[in-house]
Amino acid sequence: MRIFALVKRIFHQMLRDKRALALMMVAPLLVLTLLNYLLSGNTVDPRLGVINADDKLLERLKDSEITIIQVEANTKDLILHKDLDGVLHFDGDDISLTLTNDQPNAAKALQIKVQQAIAAERANEQAANLSVFMEGIQSKLPEVPLKIEAAKAPEVKTSYIYGNKDTIFFDQLSPILVGFFVFFFVFLISGIALLRERTTGTLERLLATPIQRRDIVFGYLLGYGLFAVIQTIIVVTYAVKVLDITLVGSFWNVVIINLTLALVALSLGILLSSFANSEFQMMQFIPIAIIPQVFFAGIFPFESMAGWMQVLAKCMPMYYGGNALVDVMYKGLGLSDIRNDIFVLLGFSLVFILLNIVALKKYRKI
Amino acid sequence: MSSTILINKVSKRFGKKLVLNQISLTVESGQIYGLIGPSGSGKTTLVKIIVGMDSPSEGNVHVLNTPVPKLQLLQRIGYMAQADALYTDLTGEENLAFFASLFKLKKNVQQERIAYAADLVNLTADLKKKVQNYSGGMKRRLSLAVALIQDPEVLILDEPTVGIDPELRQSIWAELYRLKNEGKTILVTTHVMDEAEKCDCLAMVRDGEIITSGSPSELKKQYGITSLEEVFLKAGGKQQ
Ligand SMILES: Nc1ncnc2c1ncn2[C@@H]1O[C@H](COP(=O)(O)OP(=O)(O)O)[C@@H](O)[C@H]1O
Ligand SMILES: [Mg+2]
Repeated sequence: MRIFALVKRIFHQMLRDKRALALMMVAPLLVLTLLNYLLSGNTVDPRLGVINADDKLLERLKDSEITIIQVEANTKDLILHKDLDGVLHFDGDDISLTLTNDQPNAAKALQIKVQQAIAAERANEQAANLSVFMEGIQSKLPEVPLKIEAAKAPEVKTSYIYGNKDTIFFDQLSPILVGFFVFFFVFLISGIALLRERTTGTLERLLATPIQRRDIVFGYLLGYGLFAVIQTIIVVTYAVKVLDITLVGSFWNVVIINLTLALVALSLGILLSSFANSEFQMMQFIPIAIIPQVFFAGIFPFESMAGWMQVLAKCMPMYYGGNALVDVMYKGLGLSDIRNDIFVLLGFSLVFILLNIVALKKYRKI
Repeated sequence: MSSTILINKVSKRFGKKLVLNQISLTVESGQIYGLIGPSGSGKTTLVKIIVGMDSPSEGNVHVLNTPVPKLQLLQRIGYMAQADALYTDLTGEENLAFFASLFKLKKNVQQERIAYAADLVNLTADLKKKVQNYSGGMKRRLSLAVALIQDPEVLILDEPTVGIDPELRQSIWAELYRLKNEGKTILVTTHVMDEAEKCDCLAMVRDGEIITSGSPSELKKQYGITSLEEVFLKAGGKQQ
């Protein structure tokens, strides 16, 4: 079979190209590890300066993991000098909160915590007042055996459908990243390999032999596909076993999803390489064809996208891949739930494969 | 019909540019046929059309009585492109083995052919080296070996001796004669006049047209000159 001749050659070349091999097998692990530590690092307790706050409230603030520093004024100089994240100022009935806001996310979180603490403290005071009031009434009406439970701030019991109270952003993000890295590196390696074959003239030479155009495409898919299988297994195993990324569903379903993603990346990579004349031009496809994929893979919620953005998202293979990966790894769903995503991905690759076979007509009409 | 390559009124345009203009020529079986002309005259374009890598804008081509393009025909044509198209990260032997398997040669035949072709171009000692460590001449010779790998009936060689030293050039021509005596038909392009002398039949190409053709001695007689170079100038001048 001519396809196997091609596969064998690709193996020879890949095994000799240590850089490409490392890029495919090791680079995703490095990036995943970095992100894992960056995103799951312990957050530092915010530092809040307070003026005239009462002790009960301070207790409550400390309970919600805020470091309290007593200050005299809330001037900008002082806030910056003492490296505070904000200052809470009680002036009679007026409460003012000044936030440094150098990191808007952290500032929002601090603001919410402070508001909750104040609200809870107020509710407590009112509850105390109320029970004093009730006791007063009861002492005046002793024959009425009215008993009122001392009002308490309600305790909310939280339970989770997916994940648990320790779930962090990285748990939801990591399935998407695992898929994206497989997609990205397979795209890069296969696209550049075929590009090299075009620019050195070997593709044309290949087509001067009785090989069918489709055999070239399938040879490439199979040859690089086998490396994608190895890459997928390494990346997923590493993510789950070493980085301890949440995997609720089946390992093999993750492998299946990543392989279909790799198939799309392969066929897209070799297709786009026919529109590039150099490695640099191949790189120029990355911001256009690859980076946007990650935005639509589930990092930003689909529901909150504008209508036309939702349409765009549905044109992106990574949207389906990310969806399926989150379903399996985070939500623990099974094969029947991700079936449609898999079919759409297979559809993408079928279209790209057919376009590839047609695109080779540029070199030989038959 | 014993003619191996039959080119019938072939024209080729790239956009508006006419690169080949109504080319007709016949290569008889067992001939060494030379296409000679300066670079840019359209030799490579014509050769690619004969192999089926490009299609003519007008006219048609038959090789071995089969209309081009045809996939099965490529099994019987050995093609050496003008630019070396080799996998530089593989060894010479791996290159030969790869192309041999594309022609579906059996394992033992494959070994034989690799040994034969490598010996022919004097590369046997360098087969285990990676092609990226080859000199320009060695790459040229490996390309020729690739063209011979499936033992084709027709050889189409685009400037086969460019960058090869005179001694090896001699031995390659000697081998082309030997192949010719085996009954193979060979079409070579060249821009070197002294190689034209070695062909059985010549076509002189300029600006996409055949300005004259015939055997070297016929041409010299026709123009009453002893050097082919002068024939070329004279025939070319007559056209204008
Ligand atoms: N793909 C192409 N597109 C446009 N012009 C081309 C193409 N290939 C060749 N040409 C032009 O056709 C002419 C003949 O080229 P070529 O056949 O390579 O000549 P030769 O092999 O005799 O040196 C040249 O002027 C070249 O610029
Ligand atoms: Mg040329």
